[in-house]
Amino acid sequence: MTEFQTVVGLEFHAELKTNTKIFCSCPTTFAGEPNTHVCPVCLGLPGVLPVLNKRAVELAMKAGLALNCQISPFSKFDRKNYFYPDLPKAYQVTQYPLPICKSGYITVPDADGNEKKIRINRIHLEEDAGKLVHSGESISTSNYSLPDYNRAAVPLIEIVSEPDMASADEAKAFGDKLKLILEYAGVSDVKMEQGSLRCDVNISLMPKGSDKLGTKVEIKNLNSFRAMYRAIQFEEDRQRRMIEKGEKLIQETRTWDEGSGRTLSMRSKENDHDYRYFPEPDLVPTVITPEWIEAVRSELPELPDTREQRLKEECGLSDYDCAQIVDTPALAFFFDEVAKLFPDTKIIANWLLGDVSRLMNSAEKEYEQVPIVAEDLVYLLDQAKSGAINNNSAKTVLEEMFTSGKMPAEIISERGFAQISDSAMLEDAVKAVIEANEKAAEDFRTGKQQAMGFLMGQIMKATKGQANPNLVKELLAKMLK
Amino acid sequence: MSIYDMTINELQQALTNKTFTSYELTKKYLERIAEIDPIIHAYITITADAALAAAKASDERRANGQLLSDLDGIPMALKDIFCTDGILTTCASKILANFVPPYNATCWQRLADAGAVLLGKCNLDEFAMGSSTENSAFFATRNPFDIERTPGGSSGGSAAAVSADLAAYTLGTDTGGSVRQPAHYCGVVGIKPTYGLISRFGIIPYASSLDQAGVFAKSVYDCATVLEVVSGHDERDSTSTPYPIGDYRGACRRDVKGMKIGMPNEFFEEGIDPRTIEIVNKAAEKFAAAGAEIIEVSLPHTKYALPAYYILACAEASSNLARYDGVRYGVRVDKPSLEEIFCATRSAGFGDEVKRRILLGTYALSSGYYDAYYNKTLQVRTLIKEDYDRVFASGIDCLLTPVTPGPAFKLGEMLDDPLTMYMTDICTVPINIAGLASLVVPFADIEGLPVGVQLIGAPFSEEKLFTAASAVEVPRRLPPDILEQAAEKGVER
Repeated sequence: MTEFQTVVGLEFHAELKTNTKIFCSCPTTFAGEPNTHVCPVCLGLPGVLPVLNKRAVELAMKAGLALNCQISPFSKFDRKNYFYPDLPKAYQVTQYPLPICKSGYITVPDADGNEKKIRINRIHLEEDAGKLVHSGESISTSNYSLPDYNRAAVPLIEIVSEPDMASADEAKAFGDKLKLILEYAGVSDVKMEQGSLRCDVNISLMPKGSDKLGTKVEIKNLNSFRAMYRAIQFEEDRQRRMIEKGEKLIQETRTWDEGSGRTLSMRSKENDHDYRYFPEPDLVPTVITPEWIEAVRSELPELPDTREQRLKEECGLSDYDCAQIVDTPALAFFFDEVAKLFPDTKIIANWLLGDVSRLMNSAEKEYEQVPIVAEDLVYLLDQAKSGAINNNSAKTVLEEMFTSGKMPAEIISERGFAQISDSAMLEDAVKAVIEANEKAAEDFRTGKQQAMGFLMGQIMKATKGQANPNLVKELLAKMLK
Repeated sequence: MSIYDMTINELQQALTNKTFTSYELTKKYLERIAEIDPIIHAYITITADAALAAAKASDERRANGQLLSDLDGIPMALKDIFCTDGILTTCASKILANFVPPYNATCWQRLADAGAVLLGKCNLDEFAMGSSTENSAFFATRNPFDIERTPGGSSGGSAAAVSADLAAYTLGTDTGGSVRQPAHYCGVVGIKPTYGLISRFGIIPYASSLDQAGVFAKSVYDCATVLEVVSGHDERDSTSTPYPIGDYRGACRRDVKGMKIGMPNEFFEEGIDPRTIEIVNKAAEKFAAAGAEIIEVSLPHTKYALPAYYILACAEASSNLARYDGVRYGVRVDKPSLEEIFCATRSAGFGDEVKRRILLGTYALSSGYYDAYYNKTLQVRTLIKEDYDRVFASGIDCLLTPVTPGPAFKLGEMLDDPLTMYMTDICTVPINIAGLASLVVPFADIEGLPVGVQLIGAPFSEEKLFTAASAVEVPRRLPPDILEQAAEKGVER
């Protein structure tokens, strides 16, 4: 029986994090009352003209640089013509033959855990469409739909990969990595649930070892990477069965149906739109100088791969800890902030991946919303490290910092958490415990080490846990000599 | 001298001397519009109340010594393709019959800021597609020199308004000759400046890479006065020139002596009325007599300009006019499904010529035909442009040519023959294709019908055009009495 090779290419749409739309000064803020973030330009009223947002160009360049692309010194815009009520001008301004970025790549682990290079064909800059709000559940069950143009002309980049992925796992790994890079680069919010990152899949099968690509199917309506993963697996299976049955696959666009977990046919290639692309006469070509590229490159923050390498080498963190930190950019940035003020990165990693993450999870919050500042956490870590408070107290203080927003010093003093490190003060307590527990004291003198634990426990109890344990140990040893 | 025959300069002097006020002047123009326009049909919308209010404000500024410009208080009109905040802007189309824009076209804004008094909005061929104003969805405009003839198009209303003294000056637009051809037919001065000199913001587009606003006026100097106000960079139009504009009025006073004026052979070939050629030759003699040098030149790719124009313009139009789908503004024909709304709205909203050009353009851009038509045309465009670059680089200051093959044709004469109508643009379209500057100045007549000559200059050489045009300018000839014509020809108001 023939074994098949899956061939997957991906297309991503990412909304750029600009303050204003791509051709006018309307805000790009998500949500808002319908049709409040609009003006004559993004509504496509007669006679208005687009003016290109320079920041959108820079963010597209940034994405290109972060994804190892070549930045085109000369690019231009084209019109993609089709009728739909969410498209105010009945054409989308996009880039066709001359995109802003070309020929990039990112690496992902393949099935054997080796690094695999996935090539990026191009990144082009374009405007988003508005959206239809349906009176019912979906367009087919609605009596009417109303267009909301708030999203119309929000700047987008479309990132098109080469068909270099061989499985749902590789596609998922590519998606995760791409999302992370765009987030680090500050190019996009990459929130799939809000639609600021969207993904389409192109998939075909060919006999293993062949170099002739099979009939390709495009899958749309993928609202999460999980959906993408399932859709690829479903489609691999569907296509294989069809080929095995000797049925002919047709080139078509299919839609993912989350409910049934299946892809359904939308339209065949023959019924595809003829978009009648032609150069957008209302905009002048975009000329990008090497100086401009370098200026944008200098804005790029440290990207995930280099960051992970640095955490391993400079901070001596485990692979697991590194990956954990790097996978959440907000956590990684917080880590950097804390590490600037506190030298022991291992301790920082333990706290951030341990208690801080636990508290964030139980509050169901994203790391961006961490309610404490680096300076306060560093104060707490300093207190714990110097022995001024003990570890358990420090955890309690952290919890209260989360809930009350108070400064750690304030909480420590309110709760009386300061450790007793004054030997004069502790001597009395130690003396009293020895007197009250003569048997244990005797046992200790005769060398029974387990008696030490008991006495320590009694002293901690008497001091409400505030005694510095090292100091207590010293005092016991001295007094029971 | 009649108040209507006065140039902008003369009107300004009269206003300063308190011979009359802007309010009185505006009222006079409105009276003449009320009397004559029911015959000429230059206007789609007349903004009488707003005009009188603007005139009053101008008079107050004058009294306080706060005049805004040399255009302050002068009554004028706009082709109904310029968006006017709060004023109906139809583009002579049923599909925009109810459209009131919430913004001003930049060039109108500049005129308003200069104190201009807007009398109304002038008729045109629907979406500027046509050469006779007969494609207006509302009515055709008549030529003041012979009311049975066309004023030309597409800016026929704007040209007729100046010619019949229904405005002191007007703005039009020119995509393939739509200012120059009607200026020539109506015996007024018309300029289509270089692409990019006047902002396109707020001008309803026909073919974006060719569209350019222009001025109609009663004299070359008036034309220069208005052009100085409306030109120059606009941050809302990326294709508008970043460079400072010229001293056009100063240029009108310069001597033509020593200028090199080229006459391209290709503009004097078969199809051009010999009487037209004779008139252009007379203009050449006048230039020569004034000390200019006349040089024969060649622009070998001229014959490709007309087909290139119809592919480029229609392709862009098919996309520019796609937004009129009945969803957001304009007229909508309600139907049960989306596709039916689109089809019914556009079928009912557009006229035949617009539909013809949308179909031609859609075809030219279609997959499988794009390379043969659109892409090829872009290459032709480059060749045409290179012809002109070469001629101007050889030291030619401007070119002298006919405007159209003959004088104004009769209304209805070419309605069933679009190709012959397209041929009237043969001398004007190459200028838009190549993005050049061009000016038409009335020079003579054929059987009483005005005939102008066309001057063509390199990009942003408007100063040279004004110098040359001033040298051949003849005293303004007035059209025969409109009411008498109407009585004679049995045309009812």
